[in-house]
Amino acid sequence: MDMMALIISLLLATLRLATPLVFASMGGFMSERSGVVNVALEGFMLTGAFAGAVVGHMFASAWLGWGAALIAGLVIGALYALFTIELKADQIVTGMAFNLLVMGLIPFLTKILYNSTGSTPALLAEDRFSFEPLVMAFVLVGALTYWLYKTRSGLWLLFAGEHPEALVASGVSVRKVRWAAVSVSGAFAAWGGASLSLFLASSYSPLMTGGRGFMALAALIFGKWKPLPALGACLLFAFADALQIRLQGIKVNDFEIPVQFIQILPYVVTIIALAGFIGKSRAPKALGR
Amino acid sequence: MKRILGFLIGLTIALLLTLFAGENPLNIFMILMKSAFGSMYDLGLTLSYTTPLIFCGLSVAIGFHAGLFNIGAEGQLTVAVLTAAAVGVLCPNIPFPLAPVVAFLAAILAGGLWGWIAGWLRAYRGSHEVIITIMLNFIAAGIASWFTLKIIPNPNSQNPETAMVSPNYMFKDYDLIARLFPDTPANASLGFAIVFAVLMWIFLWKTTWGFGLRAVGSNPEAAHRGGISEKKVQMLAMALAGALAGCVALSEVLGSAGQYRIGFSPDYGFIGIAVALLANNNPLGIIAAAFLMGALHKGASDLDLETTTITRDFSRIIQGLIILGVTAQGYWEWIKHKRRKD
Repeated sequence: MDMMALIISLLLATLRLATPLVFASMGGFMSERSGVVNVALEGFMLTGAFAGAVVGHMFASAWLGWGAALIAGLVIGALYALFTIELKADQIVTGMAFNLLVMGLIPFLTKILYNSTGSTPALLAEDRFSFEPLVMAFVLVGALTYWLYKTRSGLWLLFAGEHPEALVASGVSVRKVRWAAVSVSGAFAAWGGASLSLFLASSYSPLMTGGRGFMALAALIFGKWKPLPALGACLLFAFADALQIRLQGIKVNDFEIPVQFIQILPYVVTIIALAGFIGKSRAPKALGR
Repeated sequence: MKRILGFLIGLTIALLLTLFAGENPLNIFMILMKSAFGSMYDLGLTLSYTTPLIFCGLSVAIGFHAGLFNIGAEGQLTVAVLTAAAVGVLCPNIPFPLAPVVAFLAAILAGGLWGWIAGWLRAYRGSHEVIITIMLNFIAAGIASWFTLKIIPNPNSQNPETAMVSPNYMFKDYDLIARLFPDTPANASLGFAIVFAVLMWIFLWKTTWGFGLRAVGSNPEAAHRGGISEKKVQMLAMALAGALAGCVALSEVLGSAGQYRIGFSPDYGFIGIAVALLANNNPLGIIAAAFLMGALHKGASDLDLETTTITRDFSRIIQGLIILGVTAQGYWEWIKHKRRKD
């Protein structure tokens, strides 16, 4: 019976921890499928987590925080589009610069807003999400799968990343498709961050994403740039994370496994997954061009 | 020239941001300058930041030359500094001239191995080196924390740091640079860093290996047809990148602190990216770029004390904006294009 309870709580924890990864991974999906590499997901997530926590606290409402994360995500996504699409800056370098910039800007803002060195005040328990982002994440994956293969605009996204010339020939602007896709990418990833600060925790704390933006990108690559397999990869990484939390302080024959070894489990799983031991992954043809 | 302009644009925007915090940008600029170069003591600290930044800049640059983006310098230097400290603590009886050599070789071997893992995965499994190196950074931090706290902790301190290495591992007595800047961590490793930069310049432009490395970076297909193994070059480049980042052990363990302290690096590995970009990956330019970024970092660290509203995290904003200013050179064409339209 105890075993059963343990398994169920582990599964629930996996689903909860997967939520930020799924949103960020779908953000990466939008951008990379349109042909723009996105290593800025980490920064987008931090932006969303921060905007969500600030506005959520200000109005004591998780939903308003969620809306603020959407807007902040669209703005930073559009900025990323400006640099990568219009100013033709190197996509990976720009992505890392965005991450760095956000990591500097948030403490700058918390100092002005709260005179603190990087955290925001906590939301009351009843103002936080209890399950909603989890459901939204799964709905989003379903909606994107349908949209990509069954609608005209979904095909535009596919072609922007695979055969931009064909899209031009049919009279659709590749630039505009990419602008829209990268902006929406910012919004989805920002929701991933907001689900950290409004759902898994109750406030923003410094660098709370802990590399999840990169894991989400790894999940996308591992999932062959398709929504449903990427969801599966997110669940795998989240399971490693849930297991990590549960295993802390465990003993094997009186020998306590060092907590640091358990903490690095999700990162090790990510590397093993990415090392492609489970089949090769093919990137969109025009990615990075 | 455009790079310098990009640098200035980035710096200016960063300074203008301080208006939001109710500060005078000019005043902030003066604080940065004074704090970086105001006295021999300040200059010594600036140089002590410059040294690891030269190593990290070289590390990132050698990756770029081979067409790889090494975001793993932070993890590589962590593993290397930890290894140097471990050798110094666990084998205290090696005599002086040999001891630092052994520790240094162990350190660059460890750093090189950490880089090689990413290079191997990239070459033979096609894994993206950006994500792999970031994951390796987290793993390195975890291992370092365990080793420091559980295996060789400092018994005389509450700080999260290893025990001190035995004195015969440090070149303090023979250190002219350290004597020039008393009470600062500046040390002879600055000289080594400059020598390494020159050696890397020779390697890249005067040797066949260097040519092969650059060929893979600029045109992998042509390099392949020319009989250069892309995979071997990628592994070699990442291993060299790791070894170069590992040289930070020179300045940190053998030169100044004599131990590994958790959190000693203010993200040297990431600032190294800005250094390499600013110098256009030219090893000699990296010396100047590292000095510039070192000065900015030292300057920003005093903002905590000198202002009430701006913290040392401001250096990240400056770095981020400078990278954007330098890398987004497309704006020159964009502006030209817009003008032609009007």
